[in-house]
Amino acid sequence: MAEKGSTRILDGNNAAAQGAKLSRVQVIAAYPITPQSPVTEKLSEFVEKGELDAQYVAVESEHSALAVCTSASTVGARAFTASSSHGLAYMHEMLHWAAGARLPVFLACVNRAIGAPWNVLNDQQDSISQRDTGWIQIYARNNQEILDSIIQAYRIAESVYVPVMVCYDGFVLSHTEMPVNLPSQEDVDRFLPPYKPHTILDPANPRNYNLVTFANPRVNAEGVLCHGYMELRYLLQEALQNSRETIIKVGQEFGEAFGRTYSSTLWANRLDDANTVIVAMGSLVMEATVAADILREAGHKVGVLGLRVFRPFPKADVVKALEKSRLIVVFDKNISYGLEGATCSEIKSALYGSSVRAVIRNFIVGLGGRDVKARELVDAVNRSLLSAKEDDLTREYPEWICAI
Amino acid sequence: MKTTAVNLTEKEYALPGNRTCPGCALSLAYRHILKALEGQAIVTVPPSCLTVLHGMYPITSVTVPCVNTPFASAAASATGLLAGLKALGREGPTVVAVAGDGGTYDIGIQALSAAAERQTDFLYICYDNEGYMNTGNQRSGSTPLGAISGTTPVLGKQQNPKDIVAIMEAHGIPYVATANASYPLDLYEKVKKARAIRGTRFIHVFSPCPPGWSFPFNNTISIGKLAVEIGWVILYEVEDGVFRLTSASESIAKQGNLKPLREYLGQQGRFRNITEEQIEALQRWVNARWKRCLDRAGN
Amino acid sequence: MGTRDCQHICAESSPAIGEAGKTGEWRDSFPVIDPEKCVVARQNKPACFLCWLYCPDAVITKTVPIQIDMEYCKGCGICAQICPAHAISMIREQ
Repeated sequence: MAEKGSTRILDGNNAAAQGAKLSRVQVIAAYPITPQSPVTEKLSEFVEKGELDAQYVAVESEHSALAVCTSASTVGARAFTASSSHGLAYMHEMLHWAAGARLPVFLACVNRAIGAPWNVLNDQQDSISQRDTGWIQIYARNNQEILDSIIQAYRIAESVYVPVMVCYDGFVLSHTEMPVNLPSQEDVDRFLPPYKPHTILDPANPRNYNLVTFANPRVNAEGVLCHGYMELRYLLQEALQNSRETIIKVGQEFGEAFGRTYSSTLWANRLDDANTVIVAMGSLVMEATVAADILREAGHKVGVLGLRVFRPFPKADVVKALEKSRLIVVFDKNISYGLEGATCSEIKSALYGSSVRAVIRNFIVGLGGRDVKARELVDAVNRSLLSAKEDDLTREYPEWICAI
Repeated sequence: MKTTAVNLTEKEYALPGNRTCPGCALSLAYRHILKALEGQAIVTVPPSCLTVLHGMYPITSVTVPCVNTPFASAAASATGLLAGLKALGREGPTVVAVAGDGGTYDIGIQALSAAAERQTDFLYICYDNEGYMNTGNQRSGSTPLGAISGTTPVLGKQQNPKDIVAIMEAHGIPYVATANASYPLDLYEKVKKARAIRGTRFIHVFSPCPPGWSFPFNNTISIGKLAVEIGWVILYEVEDGVFRLTSASESIAKQGNLKPLREYLGQQGRFRNITEEQIEALQRWVNARWKRCLDRAGN
Repeated sequence: MGTRDCQHICAESSPAIGEAGKTGEWRDSFPVIDPEKCVVARQNKPACFLCWLYCPDAVITKTVPIQIDMEYCKGCGICAQICPAHAISMIREQ
């Protein structure tokens, strides 16, 4: 199907704001932080000009931003926030709260390094640090995917009642202009129905939310055995486990509606005959694709696996995609201090017990905005090819592409 | 018509058999707060004894809708409720944040100050039991000088509390008031009045805590009244900048003098280690504040 | 027995009396009203009602005569303290 709508030249932040507008968000609360600030500016402009019928709340902190969104969502409004780095870290408590309350809030995370020392440039330490908060995490490779993912995110979130975070690299995408197809409002309205809350906040039918919950199940006044704290946690895990199916379905339907299909949790590039696979996330996938092309020209059978969805972690999809690999080179723009890059750990854990017996190498790259050149990725893959041996499947710690 | 015990509505929104301690001033105050709101409210509550009162999932002892929210976020949560209601065209119920002194003076003040600055159309009620009672009585920004608490266990608190009501008044909001669980009808009237005002409204409710302050359960009301008689609590309201003493404080201003502080302190175990110097300092603090209020009231 | 019959996906609570159980069991003493002294009982019409007004637990009825719900009365004794007619006494539970 051909693309519809109109094509505009947009930076990533503007694409995110357009995505929110097309999704008809009703409550926006955000606090400025580099490199996210233009998202909040753009959305407040839409609201002030009357182009978007929403409540814009200029809060005093990120903690309050997400508190506004969670309570607005409890009332039944579609809520939007955006942040980066320290701002996301400051929201940490509320991230848990939103997921625990099963509120389909949306957050655009403009990936930025986290201090100390201060650094406003890109890596993915911020969102990776929030991976255990119960949010779905989707990573965009380019500005089109930012916009498309936001529209899909609301469909996903409001189907499974789990909040969704769409992550995109600060400056690399947020401040870089690219052609972006803007779907028409009518098409988006057809794709994205209004939010139906599972919560009731009505004096005529008074319910209380998020009360203290016992460890064990407890019978309610009608005699029904209700969950304990642990059962509620199980249900959140179950929702995330099952959300893969929804993510795929929504991605396919998005393709049918707009001509751009998102039918997988992964981005696969030339994996069919590849015995060496580069794994990356976010805009780094684009760089990795350039590196793979260079390596292909040199005669190596290299493909790229981009993780589009990081939570729920698409374990089965990853195993299938890596079936033929003999060498897997994982580039992480984050570090789980004392171990390795988080993506690498997830890949290793996915492969455990599978038939894939590949050498795995992990490289930490691009922290705090350090430029990642395709040439450096090529060198890293070449080094890995040389060191790949049956008795040297994995290394205790990752290598860093830096000057030390 | 003046509200009295005889004509006050019988309808209860806080049900019997809740989880608060016997003689809880919060439980009493909340009963009357909800009566004044006639149940037409959406309440948001951060961790506090009120969380305990609202109960344990899947049952609540309160018949108004409520959303619990993390400690720092009561006013932000109220902002979100309001924004959501507005976005959906469901305005009507009063949005009320009810927090303790810890959630107001300390961890919640940033969000509260910002919500007031944004002129958020909500009612914020701080019930003040002068410490972190829900976590077992630790010192807060509201704990009085000389009071023993879990974190001032030997020497007692070394500082005076901050004047949260003055801080809120400085935001230029249309209504601030002080109330006291021992004067439920005065509290009721103030909540009723605040409910009808648009913009940010702040009511401070003094709430004696029998286990936290170490006094017998049955003395809650008398301790609260004594607090007014000695001037520790001054009942007043400031409506659009106009200051007015109310209830017992108004009578005391007209008819005479404050009782000495000593009687009040002697009835509470938390002041068992207070020194003469601290009593004098407390008395000076009380006198200065009382004088300011008298001056403002034009007495 | 599992909790699958419970349709909640988050901690959603509905109001009910006695959330904390029969809180009357917490009491170490219970209030007794002397109808000879109680203003409401003596006048046999709505009056006073200060015990009702000041009860933190809403266990006193605003009726003629006044009644106390002993299932939930925690026995704090505020009613006995507040009664201007000294009509309420607190009696130790056996």
